[in-house]
Amino acid sequence: MSVNPGQPVVAVVQRIEIKKLRQGENLILGFSIGGGMDQDPGQNPFSEDKTDKGIYVTRISPGGPADVAGLMMGDKIMQVNGWDMTMVTHDQARKRLTKKKEDVVRLLVTRKSLEEAVKQSMGKKYPCYKQ
Amino acid sequence: MDNESTYSGYSYKSSHSRSSRKHRERRDRHRSKSRDSSIRDKSVTIQTPGEPLLDAESTRGDDRDDNWGETTTVVTGTSVDSISQEDLTRVCKDLEDSAPLECRRYLGLALGGILGLFAFLTPLAFLALPQLLWRDSLDPCGTPCEGLYISLAFKLLILLISTWALFLRPPRATLPRFFVYRCLLLVLVFLFVASYWLFYGVRVLEPRETDYRGIVGYAASLVDALLFIQYLALVLLEVRHLRPAFCLKVVRSADGASRFYNVGHLSIQRAAVWLLQNYYRDFPVYNPALLNLPKSILSKKTSAFKIYNLGEENSTSNSTGQSRAMIAAAARRRDNSHNEYYYEEAEVERRIRKRKARLVVAVEEAFTHIKRHQDDEGTASSPKHPREVMDPREAAQAIFAPMARAMQKYLRATRQQSYHSMESIINHLQFCITHNMTPKAFLERYLSPGPTLQYLDNSRGRQWTLVSEEPVTAALRQGQVFCLRRLDFSLVVTVTPLPFLSLGEEFVDPKSHKFVMKLQSETSV
Repeated sequence: MSVNPGQPVVAVVQRIEIKKLRQGENLILGFSIGGGMDQDPGQNPFSEDKTDKGIYVTRISPGGPADVAGLMMGDKIMQVNGWDMTMVTHDQARKRLTKKKEDVVRLLVTRKSLEEAVKQSMGKKYPCYKQ
Repeated sequence: MDNESTYSGYSYKSSHSRSSRKHRERRDRHRSKSRDSSIRDKSVTIQTPGEPLLDAESTRGDDRDDNWGETTTVVTGTSVDSISQEDLTRVCKDLEDSAPLECRRYLGLALGGILGLFAFLTPLAFLALPQLLWRDSLDPCGTPCEGLYISLAFKLLILLISTWALFLRPPRATLPRFFVYRCLLLVLVFLFVASYWLFYGVRVLEPRETDYRGIVGYAASLVDALLFIQYLALVLLEVRHLRPAFCLKVVRSADGASRFYNVGHLSIQRAAVWLLQNYYRDFPVYNPALLNLPKSILSKKTSAFKIYNLGEENSTSNSTGQSRAMIAAAARRRDNSHNEYYYEEAEVERRIRKRKARLVVAVEEAFTHIKRHQDDEGTASSPKHPREVMDPREAAQAIFAPMARAMQKYLRATRQQSYHSMESIINHLQFCITHNMTPKAFLERYLSPGPTLQYLDNSRGRQWTLVSEEPVTAALRQGQVFCLRRLDFSLVVTVTPLPFLSLGEEFVDPKSHKFVMKLQSETSV
């Protein structure tokens, strides 16, 4: 993950598909998010760069849909169903994830270990998925 | 003993009355002409009456005394009539300093008083002479004259009071050259009064003028003009130099003590006077005993190499070569003197602190032995143990004994023993007891070296020499450097102008101070 203002963000991402679970009236995903454009980035325990105002996964309820799908705590969410999540406010992020009409959310998430894994498996040269 | 000296003499502030300046100027011009020829560089002496007696002795430290006998050659042929070199210099200085200055200090004041009185009495003379000489032929003058009389009287009164307040002060310093503004004002006053007398003589006395109202008006205008001259004097002598324009850095050459002072537009000599008045208050007393590195550290360097000259008779050409070789060799040697200096310093510091602790404890204990006797206790104290009532002197002597040893050791450690005799310590103790001071207040005088003024006796004046490359009546400018020299040290003064300040403005609306909390929300989805 590299954050240069004005430059396209380059990161190794993983596609995660979560099926929403119906609980009474609500459709839940089973994780919590933190961060956003209007939040204080210094408080984020998961980010490497403390000026990063992206959306991070802060908690995963064990056994929930997110856990089952492979989402991990500390992941940064880059896209939700094609919508960008790197430059959104906290509330906008929440809305995009909790649309009542959608049953499935397809996330692009990134984490540090992804880059390491790709580096190890491909040797020196490795493909980058550009946003 | 004092190593420092104050000086007394004229200060720029305490100008005498305007009239005295003129006379002083005349005298000074004569004197400075004769003196200038004898002094080659532009160093002029600020002379004071006084006593430089101890100056010759002041720089002798204890160690120098010890070595003196061994290293000097013996002067043979001394008789009982001969006097030593020191006595000679002392006598010369006495002759130099004592007689002329006493007169000089007060003569100026006396002459000034005369001219001032003359200027003051002139309007009264203008009024009185026609009345005395040709009273019968004068036109009668009614109410307008009386109005003028009253205003004249009050103006003269104000003139008198303000002259007394501003100008009639005992002089505190003698300046080397005459004080330009003062002389200017004196000349102005003299010219003024002289020209008024001239016109009076020609227009009034000769033709026996009969218009008395005109004469009174003439006298009133003289008094007005004198008041305006006094206003000018006030502005030039007292007010102009108040607004700060320069910053003077003063460094004492002997031990590096330095201060910064802000002054206004002054001439060099006036700035020197002002500076010295502050010097006595701000600078810690110069203690020559504190300066030297311990001999043990310095002497090791020089005794490393000896160079022998084998077989050559004239060694004049080799001497520089020898010294260079020695210096080079000494530089190559591994130099550990800084180590020794550091440890020596630490050791001295520790010793001082230990002795200070002992002193503080001893003094505290000593002070617990006495307390103030209250009169109403008389009946309460039992007749079996009558307490002896002492006055402060006896009380001081009584409690001095237990602390004397600790005090002496502490003063030795800080090398202050020459400044405080036993008598002075007991006097100070008596003073502190009288004023209900605590032991800490008593010790404040000994724990830190005080300002020089504390160690002086004011009965004598002090002599300083102003050394400058420019004439000392020149105004202060950026980058000037001048020195004020005493016998064993000097103060080097550098002049820098204060920076020009450009002040801007920014208005802050008090309602604009608003704050928000930093958000850190976590939402579960």
